[in-house]
Amino acid sequence: MVPTEDADTPGCEIFRQFPSGLDMGQNNDAATTHWHVRVRPKAAQLDGHGRDVLADVRQIGLEHIEGIRSSRLYLIAGRLGESDVDLLARDLLADPVAEVYTVGPGFSERVDELPAIEVHRQPGVMNPVAISARDACRRALVAADRAEATIDEIQTARRYEVAGAKGVDELDRIARRVLANECIETWYIQGSGRSDPIPDAFPTPPNLPFKLQHVAIRELDDAALTKMSREAHLFLSLEEMQTIRDYYARLKRDPTDLELETLAQTWSEHCVHKTLKSAIDYRGDDFGKPGVIEARFDNLLKETIVQATDTLDRDWCLSVFVDNAGVIAFDDEYGIAFKAETHNHPSAIEPYGGAATGIGGCIRDVMGCGLGAKPIASTDVFCVAPPDFDAKKLPKDVLHPRRVLKGIVSGVRDYGNRMGIPTVNGTIYFDERYLANPLVFCGCVGLIPRDRIHKAPNTGDRIVVAGGRTGRDGIHGATFSSAELTDTHADEFAHAVQIGNAIQEKTLLDAQLLARDHPDGCLYSSVTDCGAGGLSSAVGEMGEELGAEVELGTVPLKYAGLTYEEIWISEAQERMVFAVPPENLDKFLAVFAAEEVEATVIGTFSDDGTLRVRYNQQTVGELDMAFLHHGLPKTTRTATWEAKRDASPRNDIPRSEDETGGSDRLLSALSELNTASKEWVIRQYDHEVQGRSVVKPLVGAMAGPSDAAVLRPLYDSSRGISIGCGLCPELGDVDPYNMAVVAVDEALRNVVCVGTNPEKVAILDNFCWPKVDTEESLGALVRTCRGAHDAAVAYGLPFVSGKDSLNNEYSMSEEEAKRTGLPARIAIPNTLLISSLGIVDDVSRCVTMDLKEPGNALVVASCPVDRHGLDKAHALHRKVAGLIDAKLVRAAHDVSDGGLAVAIAEMCIASNLGASVAVGSDDYGDSIYAGVATTYVLEMKPSDAEASGFPAVGRVESDARLTVSRDATELVNVPVDDLGRAWRKPLASGGGR
Amino acid sequence: MAKVRVLVLRTAGINCDEEVMHCWQAAGGEPTLMHLNALSDDPAVLERFQIVTIPGGFSYGDDVAAGAIFAQRVASRLAEPLRDLVQRGGGILGICNGFQILVKAGLLPGDGETNAVTVTYNDSAKFEARWVRLEVCTDRCVFLTPGAHLEMPVEHAEGKVVTADDAVVSRLAEAGKIAVRYVDDTGRYDSYPANPNGSEGGIAGLCDGTGRVLGLMPHPDRHFEHAHHPRWTSRRTDGPPDGLTVFQNAVRFWQS
Repeated sequence: MVPTEDADTPGCEIFRQFPSGLDMGQNNDAATTHWHVRVRPKAAQLDGHGRDVLADVRQIGLEHIEGIRSSRLYLIAGRLGESDVDLLARDLLADPVAEVYTVGPGFSERVDELPAIEVHRQPGVMNPVAISARDACRRALVAADRAEATIDEIQTARRYEVAGAKGVDELDRIARRVLANECIETWYIQGSGRSDPIPDAFPTPPNLPFKLQHVAIRELDDAALTKMSREAHLFLSLEEMQTIRDYYARLKRDPTDLELETLAQTWSEHCVHKTLKSAIDYRGDDFGKPGVIEARFDNLLKETIVQATDTLDRDWCLSVFVDNAGVIAFDDEYGIAFKAETHNHPSAIEPYGGAATGIGGCIRDVMGCGLGAKPIASTDVFCVAPPDFDAKKLPKDVLHPRRVLKGIVSGVRDYGNRMGIPTVNGTIYFDERYLANPLVFCGCVGLIPRDRIHKAPNTGDRIVVAGGRTGRDGIHGATFSSAELTDTHADEFAHAVQIGNAIQEKTLLDAQLLARDHPDGCLYSSVTDCGAGGLSSAVGEMGEELGAEVELGTVPLKYAGLTYEEIWISEAQERMVFAVPPENLDKFLAVFAAEEVEATVIGTFSDDGTLRVRYNQQTVGELDMAFLHHGLPKTTRTATWEAKRDASPRNDIPRSEDETGGSDRLLSALSELNTASKEWVIRQYDHEVQGRSVVKPLVGAMAGPSDAAVLRPLYDSSRGISIGCGLCPELGDVDPYNMAVVAVDEALRNVVCVGTNPEKVAILDNFCWPKVDTEESLGALVRTCRGAHDAAVAYGLPFVSGKDSLNNEYSMSEEEAKRTGLPARIAIPNTLLISSLGIVDDVSRCVTMDLKEPGNALVVASCPVDRHGLDKAHALHRKVAGLIDAKLVRAAHDVSDGGLAVAIAEMCIASNLGASVAVGSDDYGDSIYAGVATTYVLEMKPSDAEASGFPAVGRVESDARLTVSRDATELVNVPVDDLGRAWRKPLASGGGR
Repeated sequence: MAKVRVLVLRTAGINCDEEVMHCWQAAGGEPTLMHLNALSDDPAVLERFQIVTIPGGFSYGDDVAAGAIFAQRVASRLAEPLRDLVQRGGGILGICNGFQILVKAGLLPGDGETNAVTVTYNDSAKFEARWVRLEVCTDRCVFLTPGAHLEMPVEHAEGKVVTADDAVVSRLAEAGKIAVRYVDDTGRYDSYPANPNGSEGGIAGLCDGTGRVLGLMPHPDRHFEHAHHPRWTSRRTDGPPDGLTVFQNAVRFWQS
């Protein structure tokens, strides 16, 4: 893929995991037999999957489709007879009560009366079910004393018989839009005049011969460097390419392809965050006060986000910004690790796999924090376009938002649930500008013994890779995520998309924790996850201070034939890299073997500051660690910002100043997608596994929306942790400084609502930005960083970790833009997610947002930070937290989108109790629908309410009806049942029509 | 008095072993955690224990079908040793994935009855997490208090109990093998979401003829504290949490 003097070698063309034009069945000798087993539900009533698919098919406008019957296929190659296959089908593959099966010779012989669509995985794409089925079938044959029968490989497929389709075009549409994703799957249509031939053997992966490749970079001029950067998917700037060229000119040699790739991965925006760390001259509006200033930042991140933590200097911050996750103290014995990541570009192309590997990667960050934290909770926040988006306006190769949402929810569900980690907090934010760039934020919280937080490899330690095998999956993820998406990316970067295997990661976690807590002490000196950049990043980072020698020929592979460069940069999932002292190696390998997790020595940490990579004893790369980690040229950029006083952030929301419209107005506010119930998502997640849950995402008799989650990390302690988040991209359109302040405010408010000690709250920053290629877009970034800094310092909330994802932009041809009526470039709104992690001193003092008792008073505690400043707002948060801690508050809820009216309506919905609310202009000057920062609704006993000094605006009623009036004018009068229906309906099954 | 010895099994994808271990401890038992491979290598270990527990999770990914691969391993190496354990007065508790495994390995409904019952995909065709109300429908199960109503969560995608023919449910009921049923406020077994998966007869759990083998889809191991209940901030409680009683009943039975 790098232009070289030997540009015709096969290695240059590998983009797909397996290239097209494969040799089919070359290794299947005459004795190999092929079989298929087809399993289907015994009765239509048991075909839930078929019904689910039918609903999706009708969603895309094919309402006339009458029915869909689903079945599963197992394709089996090996040396075995029909009776062997029948035994496998009967005893293992089909359920004897709920399913029926047929066994047939070959892979392809099946005839259905109805037209059918059959979906297969693309060759080389991870298929965990196929691997499990193969292993289980082998075991079943042994158990049945049929040891002479052997199985080479099993693959799985799905088949759908479709009743009522009008021709082959509709079948094709169903396959493309509902059943399969071309990035990872392929389909065959049989019936309605088509009979796509199904291959009768498994393809063989290409075996690429070894050939050391050098890249002639020294002679290239600027134009050629720029071209190489894009075409070889390096995505480096011209200045960076020049730095590499000049470095190799000084060395008087050309880099190998592996060296160049290693530099590109290590210097990618994804790995090194060069925009946020760059020097910036800022000119524009002052921060949080009127006037215009000029300011210079030598390193934006260090002088804002990191500086807030330095200024606060809290002794309970145990590890900040130096590891895969941040760590705060829980008690004298344990710390809590927290990290949030995004996985945006892969989720745009393949939502299910992208989101699943997103949560998988974030979990590995927590496993790779210190010597390993045990994951105890996950979070998920999605930003997507509205699910009812007009499909006709969809650009080529962009997936419909409804499908994106369903896919990412399923991905997080299947991975998180299988890992046994409860998904406890999150939100979904809708805006059309996320159409081609959905954002998938995944967070993970871990429990770590305080004596396992620090780690460092030593010279002589063995480099051990453990977990999944390495394949051609995920090549170029780090550089892919550092580029903007275009309408050709789905093709070009299909190889960056991956499917996760959660059980592989679960067994890896089990083995790691046994090695960490070994009776002889921790068996390894350091660990990190294999994420973006694969081994190149993991080994490069771990060995930064020492140097390392790696033999790529020893890395276990999924299939033969990978080039050394593919092995080095593959981002195959579910792998961790350990530094194991030689004296512990046998014990370490024994622990992993007992858990059936593969662990292999691939090299040694050295002491000469050089990264040496060999393949079958031949040197294929030799890089100076100093250049690799510190050679990146530092740039100075200019940033500007000018206030947009007339900016109108969203035009699809009714303006909040208006209070008219009666009860219908409230009902429609509850039906706004950003407010509506997310129950459809939440109930698909296991949010209680591990038995630590105290406050769940849905609370009260009728499942209202909790502001934050609370967990009890230790079964024998009443101390808890709380998890919340703040996100308000709509404010960023007007002023990103204010967006950051309000996001921090919301993240704090959420955890205060459930009973958190506000003196012990840490936060994470996740920036998702479009391209930062103008002074103004950089100015927006500067203002966000400063807003986050100022709020964090004022509220006493140290940042402990963070991450950024830039280039969230999509571009299409002018022609396509004209056809869809969309702008040719779609940039996401500037988006900052603040995640909060707080300590709850005693979980028995937690409160939830559902109303508790008729006759109690409802008070409003409000001091909007954007009007009254950070210090006054801080005082309000502390006062509310103090009332909750003193057990004077029965229910607390954060006022957010939809204002006071929606907040109280949600409290009614949660409890099925009513409320009568009467606001005077003095109590709540804004409209009852205005979303304002730093505002809480509290339920208190009337006497406590009076003593609190906050204005009482209403009381809890046993009659399940909400009435709201202002100055004796009735604004709302509606049964709580109706409120609940309006709130639950929009996303009841993932949205859409 | 010697403590009741409990073996808790784990393997790739079992993920509720930690809370199940804690529940047995909190109930006064003495649990030991062991990998399925270690037990398969030496089934005689079972002689040291009175109760075996298979916790929830996604054993082997629930690939092929929920619990199918674990059940296959049990059927091939451990079915006899486990039957021996029950015959000499021991018991088995399977929760969620553990229940699916007991059914698919032929240990439930037990007494030689095979291919009469299975556990398969929810009517909704997807994973669902919600709290349910259970009615204890048998007086012979040593883990359950006859007539009690219990609240605890279900968290599964394949929890629908399906029977081979219409006669099976009444046969199971007559034999006292329907251990717990999902029930709504009006006493019905079949209304969604009170019955969260469409189980026939509202069956949430089964026991065998001895009453010492119990399997159920809902998670008693997720209601061992009052603060686990979704409405704990608004309800008054007395007595132990519903889930914990399952473990306490067992410890009391085997201690006497």
